[in-house]
Amino acid sequence: MEFETVIGLEVHAELSTQSKIYCTCSTAFGASENTHICPVCTGMPGVLPALNKSVVEYCVKAGLALNCKINQYSRQDRKHYFYPDLPKAFQTSQYDLPLCYDGYLDIDVPEGDPLDGKAQKSTYRKRFGITRIHIEEDAGKLLHGAGSTRIDYNRCGVPLIEIVTEPDFRTAGEVHAFLTMLRSILIYAGVSNCRMEEGSMRCDVNLSLRPGPDAPFGTRTETKNIASMSATVRAIEYERKRQKKVLEKGGVITQDTMRWDDERGLNYAMRSKEDAHDYFYFPEPDIMPIEVDDEWLGRIKASLPELPNARRERYMADYGLPAYDAGFLTGERALAEYFDDAVAAGAPPKSASNWLMSDFARLTNEHSLTWDALPLSPEDLAKCIALVESGKISRTSGSKILDAVFSGDTRTPDELVAALGLAQVSDEGAIRAMCEEVVANNPKPVADFKAGKEKALTSLVGQVMKASKGKANPALVNKLLRELLA
Amino acid sequence: MKITKEQVEHVASLAKLSLSEEEIERLRTQMGGMIAFADEINTLNVASVRPTTHAIAQKNVFREDGCAPSYDRAVMLENAPMQDGECVVVPRVVE
Repeated sequence: MEFETVIGLEVHAELSTQSKIYCTCSTAFGASENTHICPVCTGMPGVLPALNKSVVEYCVKAGLALNCKINQYSRQDRKHYFYPDLPKAFQTSQYDLPLCYDGYLDIDVPEGDPLDGKAQKSTYRKRFGITRIHIEEDAGKLLHGAGSTRIDYNRCGVPLIEIVTEPDFRTAGEVHAFLTMLRSILIYAGVSNCRMEEGSMRCDVNLSLRPGPDAPFGTRTETKNIASMSATVRAIEYERKRQKKVLEKGGVITQDTMRWDDERGLNYAMRSKEDAHDYFYFPEPDIMPIEVDDEWLGRIKASLPELPNARRERYMADYGLPAYDAGFLTGERALAEYFDDAVAAGAPPKSASNWLMSDFARLTNEHSLTWDALPLSPEDLAKCIALVESGKISRTSGSKILDAVFSGDTRTPDELVAALGLAQVSDEGAIRAMCEEVVANNPKPVADFKAGKEKALTSLVGQVMKASKGKANPALVNKLLRELLA
Repeated sequence: MKITKEQVEHVASLAKLSLSEEEIERLRTQMGGMIAFADEINTLNVASVRPTTHAIAQKNVFREDGCAPSYDRAVMLENAPMQDGECVVVPRVVE
């Protein structure tokens, strides 16, 4: 039997604030257990929360970046549940008046398997609806042991936004493309660092199957504990196949919460939570209503940077870059800004793009560097490109300069050209002498070339390049050899 | 509105409480009284009153983002019934 897969997402992103949502404890990741806690974030009786203003601003910023409408009058609500990761026994969240609602993202979805590693694919454009975005607090971390559970409350009270989408996804590829763009936008906007491996971006997947696009939605399950983009794809494929098997055998899907185990590549139903949706929401009396007036909204709007989609269009329209280049360069804000700066410093856009996609992609990978921490300034990249394109050094020598700089050499490109002896010999007299010598010492290829074997020239060019220790300008060598053999 | 035994048991299970039969009966009567009071309020005509969630008309009470030192861990952990010097310890939580 064939089924259509219907997927909706709940994405949690930790906000990039210094302090927690209701207290002044630090949000820094990786501190010793329970060293970033206080009576407020551990829910001691009698404490009062003080809402962090930046949390509201970041959430509205995310909403604007995701084409949402903004509830200019909003408030917080208590969501009650009893679990040891939440010592207050309620999560301060938002219920019927989320800060943002009714947004969307237009995505160019690559065809086929998102994990097959193929870079360039044909795409189709699709709009995915965003139901709402609200602010809430994160819970603590449970560390399960043999007979007991230990609890670290450092994460308790770290501000989150929860982004809920419409059930608009039909394939794991669509989810992958959406999450990639969402992550990119949230990082661009400075709202979250979205490090899935540190848990600062998490995705729950609601999935159901139905016989066809016109059939009513089937019963859905919710899969949690997905810790990376690729795990999202695997978890979706697994759950889709599991439900398909059940339905084909005539069984029924129960509305379970599944936990994804990426190491074993399978999921299992968590303890039944049939009562879990009885959260007894009510308005949070300790937090005053939030009013984002036009003036404040305008300031938040003005603080948004140029977002990846707009930038992508600009690179294609203004610089004539291929879609693939534009997509690569706008994938991360730091990379896009580096590219912009290099172009502003005089680098031809397509050349800068080529260098970034080849040498830079390799070197950042080899040296485990992020795009915001490159050892070469954009001006020096423009300089390197100019050195190559003016024929002063070869493209290979350009790579050598980058290798040196990425390995910690702090000299400028000009100094490195001199120190490493990379200057190309473009002195026609010197190169002509070398060519003459090579022609004299290699009668066989010379004869072959004269007999019409075009390929023999390559071997002669190679000999000259060797004699010049790689410094001869290859175009000039080519030209002179042809003259000599004519 | 009358509160049933099952409703008391449901709320108790959400709160992870185990109650004796006498406790259930006592709470059933008490909760019934609270709901009856809410029913009484429901008879009022509030068509012209805006929904209110706070007693005082204030809005936008914020704190600027910024850190201050957290509490000493040992002090915080003193409040836990069980702890190991680093973490609060509870009976193993089943997932």
